[in-house]
Amino acid sequence: MYNFDVEMPTSIADAVAALGKEDAQALGGGQTLIPTLKQRLASPSVLVSLSGISEMQGVCKGDDGKLCVGGATTHATVARDAASSFPGLAGLASHIGDPAVRNRGTIGGSLANNDPSACYPAAALGAGATIVTNDREIAADDFFQGMFTTDLEEGEIITEVRFPIPDASNYQKFLQPASRFALVGVFVAKFSDGVRVAVTGASNDGVFRWSEAEAALSANFSANALDGLTVSGDDMINDLHGTGEYRAHLVGVMTKRAVAAAG
Amino acid sequence: MPKDSGIGASSKRREDIRFLTGAGNYTDDINIRGQAHVYFLRSDVAHGTIAKIDTSAAEGMPGVVRVFTGADFEAIGGMPCGWQVTDRHGQPMQEPKHPVLAHVKVRHVGEPVAAVVAETLEQARDAAEAIDLEINALPAVVDMKSAVTDGAPKVHDDLTSNLCYDWGFVEENREAVNEAFDKAAHVTTLELVNNRLVANPMEPRVAVGDYARGTDEHTLYTTSQNPHVIRLLMGAFVLGIPEHKLRVVAPDVGGGFGTKIFHYQEEAFCTFAAKACNRPVKWTSSRTEAFMSDAHGRDHVTKIELALDADNNFAAIRTETFANMGAYLSTFAPSVPTWLHGTLMAGNYKTPLIYVNVKAVFTNTVPVDAYRGAGRPEATFQLERVIDKAARELGVDPIALRRQNFVTEFPYATPVAVEYDTGDYVATMDKLEEMADLSGFDARRKESEARGKLRGLGVNCYIEACGIAPSNLVGQLGARAGLYESATVRVNATGGLVVMTGSHSHGQGHETAFPQVIAEMIGIDESMIEIVHGDTANTPMGMGTYGSRSLAVGGSAMVRATEKIIAKATKIASHLLEASESDIELKDGAFSVAGTDKSVAWGDVTLAAYVPHNYPLEDLEPGLEETAFYDPSNFTYPSGAYACEVEVDPDTGKVSIEAFTAVDDFGNVVNPMIVTGQVHGGIAQGIGQALLENCAYDENGQLLSASYMDYAMPRADDLPMFAVDHSCQTPCTHNPLGVKGCGEAGAIGSPPSVVNAVVDALQSAGKDVTHIDMPLSPARVWAAMQ
Ligand SMILES: Cc1cc2nc3c(=O)[nH]c(=O)nc-3n(C[C@H](O)[C@H](O)[C@H](O)COP(=O)(O)OP(=O)(O)OC[C@H]3O[C@@H](n4cnc5c(N)ncnc54)[C@H](O)[C@@H]3O)c2cc1C
Repeated sequence: MYNFDVEMPTSIADAVAALGKEDAQALGGGQTLIPTLKQRLASPSVLVSLSGISEMQGVCKGDDGKLCVGGATTHATVARDAASSFPGLAGLASHIGDPAVRNRGTIGGSLANNDPSACYPAAALGAGATIVTNDREIAADDFFQGMFTTDLEEGEIITEVRFPIPDASNYQKFLQPASRFALVGVFVAKFSDGVRVAVTGASNDGVFRWSEAEAALSANFSANALDGLTVSGDDMINDLHGTGEYRAHLVGVMTKRAVAAAG
Repeated sequence: MPKDSGIGASSKRREDIRFLTGAGNYTDDINIRGQAHVYFLRSDVAHGTIAKIDTSAAEGMPGVVRVFTGADFEAIGGMPCGWQVTDRHGQPMQEPKHPVLAHVKVRHVGEPVAAVVAETLEQARDAAEAIDLEINALPAVVDMKSAVTDGAPKVHDDLTSNLCYDWGFVEENREAVNEAFDKAAHVTTLELVNNRLVANPMEPRVAVGDYARGTDEHTLYTTSQNPHVIRLLMGAFVLGIPEHKLRVVAPDVGGGFGTKIFHYQEEAFCTFAAKACNRPVKWTSSRTEAFMSDAHGRDHVTKIELALDADNNFAAIRTETFANMGAYLSTFAPSVPTWLHGTLMAGNYKTPLIYVNVKAVFTNTVPVDAYRGAGRPEATFQLERVIDKAARELGVDPIALRRQNFVTEFPYATPVAVEYDTGDYVATMDKLEEMADLSGFDARRKESEARGKLRGLGVNCYIEACGIAPSNLVGQLGARAGLYESATVRVNATGGLVVMTGSHSHGQGHETAFPQVIAEMIGIDESMIEIVHGDTANTPMGMGTYGSRSLAVGGSAMVRATEKIIAKATKIASHLLEASESDIELKDGAFSVAGTDKSVAWGDVTLAAYVPHNYPLEDLEPGLEETAFYDPSNFTYPSGAYACEVEVDPDTGKVSIEAFTAVDDFGNVVNPMIVTGQVHGGIAQGIGQALLENCAYDENGQLLSASYMDYAMPRADDLPMFAVDHSCQTPCTHNPLGVKGCGEAGAIGSPPSVVNAVVDALQSAGKDVTHIDMPLSPARVWAAMQ
């Protein structure tokens, strides 16, 4: 690590102010950022911890029926507190990393980081969530802009994520054997006006929606509806753990399993 | 009734109390007043020339004590290699210089190029970033087969090629083997890769060098499996420090698996720098450094052929293996693909003719050396895979084919220079069939099929050679060291014993098992015996722990020393009891005169030895302390039969291990619980190799699996409950304990059964798959099914 200062604001406004300093960076659960610092791959001058901001904590139901998750809410809290209202999301959160990771890592950190193999981006895009920042509201469809890239501006904080609650949903994650992030993860969400399918882990462009599957499932929400549908492996990640072709194949398998599990 | 103490008892591991309660004393726990820290600047290029290395800015950085580069070590010896292999043509292997810090050229990613000693680690690291290093990259040599083609770039300019040696074994049999193949009724051929592994002990390597200016004495604290070997190699070959001025201490060590046998540059550096800086110097490897500086394991590319006669008897075996040495020869690297591999190619079978060819190759990768099993897993894997393939080609039951060819009479002299003293391969296979309920497999397969899963069964045998010895033989084979073991047994006046052993425990449980042996011999409580190891200052010269040798060789030395103790104590007792020595019996911790009720307790005898008032001083020295060096007359040959049942998900290629059964013959067993634990750990590592672990380089010599994000270690939920048995016991005939060694068996025996099982599963679904290279990741299994 290089030396840095730490600030612990207790309000969003103070956090935004602190992030205005040169080379300041937000610190969520630190599960991505701290290892990066240890490797000396980043050198912020100030870390602005978001974990002391109570208005960014917790899970609740909004007046519009949406599930509101504070931007600094840990995966473990979501796994517990969304279990009855949005089991598809809670199930996803409960399989991120290990208990230590789940009790530190936050939804805001995960979405801001937009790791191409991370789980939460699939839920946000699959459910059509709204990412709320200190400044504006961003539709998930506009938020993710390719691996490790989002619509966030410098110093902008994810304060809340609002999820429309689907009638049925499920996340299926095929583990990358070493990291146990998603080699391919598929989030399927069935709403009264249609089905959304988001895929993580697979594409060189990060999380994406599989529109052919959405159309087929909107017409007939059953695994059979996906028979014959394939995605191309051409732009998919090709690494030690699987070829693009293999990932493309898994997208089909995991989508079917998610549909079957969503019921 | 199971015993509750002595040989055969499952005594609880006493050392675990300190390990599990944070009271251990690992090398990183050692902090010496005034110590400075070293950070190694490592090459991020696999192959290149050092065009510029300017340390002037770094030297002026805060806290910097001194900056070292390869130039500082030019006058110093290179890292020595402890085994010289002679090639097919009678020529010695090519042996390049291995500098402490790279000089002129870098040869693998991770090779240390410079070292900064500073007050704190962070300051050392800051200064290392200020070193102006320019490396002109050269084309990297990565693939072994292309490395030995004409015109390939050379890893070492002063060698004639990248071929370290071309070894033939048994060279005299080459033609006879070829003829046997010409005449064979059937030949099965298999080409395979034995995947490169990173050992990943839980504790990374650490070295702390200390120098006492007043007495000119050096001390190195290090994470080693064999401190005396480090003292000899580093003192005599690298730094020129006589052994009486050099102390090497390997305190609690958190796992070794082979990779902590070897003498590493960081050890030599810290010892050297402690004197040069007149400060204790400490280095603790990060996990990232461990991936690119700990010696790797395996990495063989093999073609094996098995010739059978018309009755399916094995007629001959012929192999050609390319073995990766990496960029330099690590301490024992040359011996692994040769004497620890070729000599095991007979396996459990009476194959009359065997020829093994091994080409050891230099590449721009981390040096490769012994890793749990070392050569024997590679031998077992190819042999047990080719037998399985042959059985399928011939349409015979793979177990029946094995049984038909088993060695059944002992001693058995193999055509690959070793003689098995004992074994009962039929008994272990019988036990396996029963324990693994092989007759119930078909029903289990149907049940899996009903759930859409493909079930497979894989069985294999293994034989290994442990307790590597004897010294005069290994000397002829090229070892530059003896392979005896030592023990000093010191009895205290009040009857307690301290055993100073040359063996080293880094997880094996010597502190528990060794006392069980002495407790049994004397008839006293195990708690009266303490094991001391790991410090050259207070243990006799020993060769350390690897190759499952501690109990077989080190334990035997301890038995011999204890026998001397008992012989002397008997003399003292005969004096005290005024009886003839031949009438004295030792039982339950007391000496008695046979046929009388006269006796004297162990403690009274030991007291007399140190307070010799009533003592035969004219015939016997006072005191009770004896040393023995034990040099075995042969290897020991543990063997076993393993079965693995897998389910393969046909949609994803994911393999899950549903059952794993291991039946081992370790000869006599001192502590069954510890042995079971050793087998469990070995199987976990073997399954890790078979399904998960893969150390991969790209064509530029960059390490692709350089962290746990990409290098998959086996985790508890990857593994089933293991069924383990070691009740089939054919004691070793040539060591006093009749023990054979159990440390590596699991890692040797498990990979082939896993792969055999997966191939079986796929073939059951009509897939024409005869082999998949390890690790059998979901992606590879799925690709094989397409
Ligand atoms: C061992 C391990 C296993 C893991 N397994 C998985 C897995 O299976 N699936 C998975 O999806 N993830 C996994 N993760 C990642 C984990 O979910 C992290 O928690 C997550 O990626 C980052 O969240 P964080 O709160 O820790 O963010 P941090 O590490 O603190 O920050 C990450 C980045 O986001 C920024 N940031 C943080 N909070 C906010 C915010 N509220 N608004 C704007 N920017 C912000 C930071 O500045 C930084 O750039 C794993 C991590 C580890 C260490």
